[in-house]
Amino acid sequence: MHIVVCIKQVPDSAQIRVHPVTNTIMRQGVPAIVNPYDLFSLEEALRLKDRFGGKVTMLCMGPPQAEDALRKCIGYGADDAVLVTDRAFAGADTLATSYALAAGVRQIAREQAVDIVFTGKQTIDGDTAQVGPGIAKRMGLQLLTYVSRIVETDLEQRTITVERRAEGGVQVLKTALPCLITMLENTNELRFATLPAMIHAAGYPVRKWNKEQAGIEDLGKIGLKGSPTVVSKVFGPTPRSEKAEMLALETSSLRDVSLNLLQKIFTRHPTLEADLLMKEAP
Amino acid sequence: MNAPTPAATPATPATPAAKKPAGRAGRNLELPEHLKAYKGVWVFLEHERGQVHTVSWELLGEARKLADTLGSAVSVVVLGGPAEPLEQFAAQAFTYGADKAYVVHDAVLQGYRNEPFTKGLTDLVNKYQPEILLLGATSMGRDLAGSVATTLLTGLTADCTELNIDPVSRALAATRPTFGGSLLCTIMTLAYRPQMATVRPRVMAMPQAQAGRGGEIMQETLGMVESAIVTKLLDFIADASSNKINLPYADVIVSGGKGLKNPENFKLVFELARVLGGEVGATRPCVQAGWVEAERQVGQTGKTVRPKLYIAAGISGAIQHRVGMESADVIVAINTDPNAPIFDFAHYGIVGNALQVLPALTQAFAEHLSRGGRHAA
Repeated sequence: MHIVVCIKQVPDSAQIRVHPVTNTIMRQGVPAIVNPYDLFSLEEALRLKDRFGGKVTMLCMGPPQAEDALRKCIGYGADDAVLVTDRAFAGADTLATSYALAAGVRQIAREQAVDIVFTGKQTIDGDTAQVGPGIAKRMGLQLLTYVSRIVETDLEQRTITVERRAEGGVQVLKTALPCLITMLENTNELRFATLPAMIHAAGYPVRKWNKEQAGIEDLGKIGLKGSPTVVSKVFGPTPRSEKAEMLALETSSLRDVSLNLLQKIFTRHPTLEADLLMKEAP
Repeated sequence: MNAPTPAATPATPATPAAKKPAGRAGRNLELPEHLKAYKGVWVFLEHERGQVHTVSWELLGEARKLADTLGSAVSVVVLGGPAEPLEQFAAQAFTYGADKAYVVHDAVLQGYRNEPFTKGLTDLVNKYQPEILLLGATSMGRDLAGSVATTLLTGLTADCTELNIDPVSRALAATRPTFGGSLLCTIMTLAYRPQMATVRPRVMAMPQAQAGRGGEIMQETLGMVESAIVTKLLDFIADASSNKINLPYADVIVSGGKGLKNPENFKLVFELARVLGGEVGATRPCVQAGWVEAERQVGQTGKTVRPKLYIAAGISGAIQHRVGMESADVIVAINTDPNAPIFDFAHYGIVGNALQVLPALTQAFAEHLSRGGRHAA
């Protein structure tokens, strides 16, 4: 079984700060990590490899330093890693990104046919959840998003059955390989990287492909040129004009403050009290 | 396996670039003549097991405003099985502002699957050429939107919090949070049509239904047979109602943050929520630490909520959390730090220990409500 897992290197959004005056992202000192959602897909790919044998190939589009993210995945047990990197890819939106990654997957598939492509459910910096479906569409792969569990994989029949998270329930879907899967978060727990694996990963020669090596045929479809969306404005959130009315605990008892707050809430929202009383009624 | 290749050599292409026109990287930002015929604002109407998802009505409210600005009409696309009440959904859509409904009944559209729904929506777009296409950012809407946009090779902006018409270009100006909500950016699709956007449930206000408002229903066909569809829907396992957490549509939410110190203290949050008949929310760090279920996360990577009352206990008010709850009618914040950012956008603040304030509030509300409120006695 040959599985390709697409990942993205992202800034750890929990540590991002915005410059208060210029409204620009202050990247200095913000660590770059593997997009956390991608790791659920990586673990699922590794589990399939554990079961059926074969190979897991990592794929990433990004600047040269994104090879660190790929190395990390080698440490967890991936077999090979390809970084598609070229200045021509800069400024890509999700449509252009899916074109470049689909080209990369095709190129990898020329070396060995691919059974399953995994991507994360979404990234933590863009949060769009569009690249996975985009790759599937461009490659004509069956698409299984928000998968919470792989129920059955039948390599003889070349079918896969999964549970997919939908609104208000779970869909059970059966499809044919090859397909593209995005895993839901918290569906598995990533294994630990062993020390020998980390040493192996540190020296692993990540393959770097420029646009020609990645098999890009139409330069008009990558980078800024291949991106239909235009970012017209970036700005900080507007501060609310009024600050909170503070209820001081120093001058009155906790009980008085609570009762006072109740009155204020019900005065500010005249229908809320009636709503709450209705809920109380049997 | 291939030998590792040397590092990419940027800037020097193997063959000289064929064309290097002016403008930003030779990008075409003008709408081509043949795309100027695209008119109207569309909403993909999402339904599951006989129920229209409320996000579709919220989108219709926005679509109506956009169409009024553009001087065009609002249409909905309703795809479903042969026996599903799609015309009834369309009639409901008319009361929320739609003028027209494109309805497709087909056995292969019974229950959502990517392939037939992508074909259904894409074919209709190509046939009737809308200018704008809006979908809910649900698991169905996101799955479908990404596939449709890639098929149509057009721009798609996810999780928008504001939709406007740019006065200069007349394009859809879609604003969304980026970098975990630290910044907002406005995105436009200038040279491609339709302009696509998704919006999360509860981000937009629910429009007022206008009873008696009607519209035109267009019956369309799909032209796809089951044997041509690879993916089969074997079953749908509905969530048990007992463990359904419906945060986005809760009237009252009591949320806890890391200021509660440990998961056991979350019971104080649950207790107040119970007295108020509300739901329990949490910040991302609490969910990541496994204190509460992921469905309870409020914020940029969690749920967007719009309750009448939001009580934040031990929450500092990081922007990531703020973007998910700032539309609440009344926000009450309890935090030990008087400089916590939450006091910048809460309506009422108490500087104090949530572990003491929560039980006091629970008792006050319980007594008040059991007495029948202010107007009793």
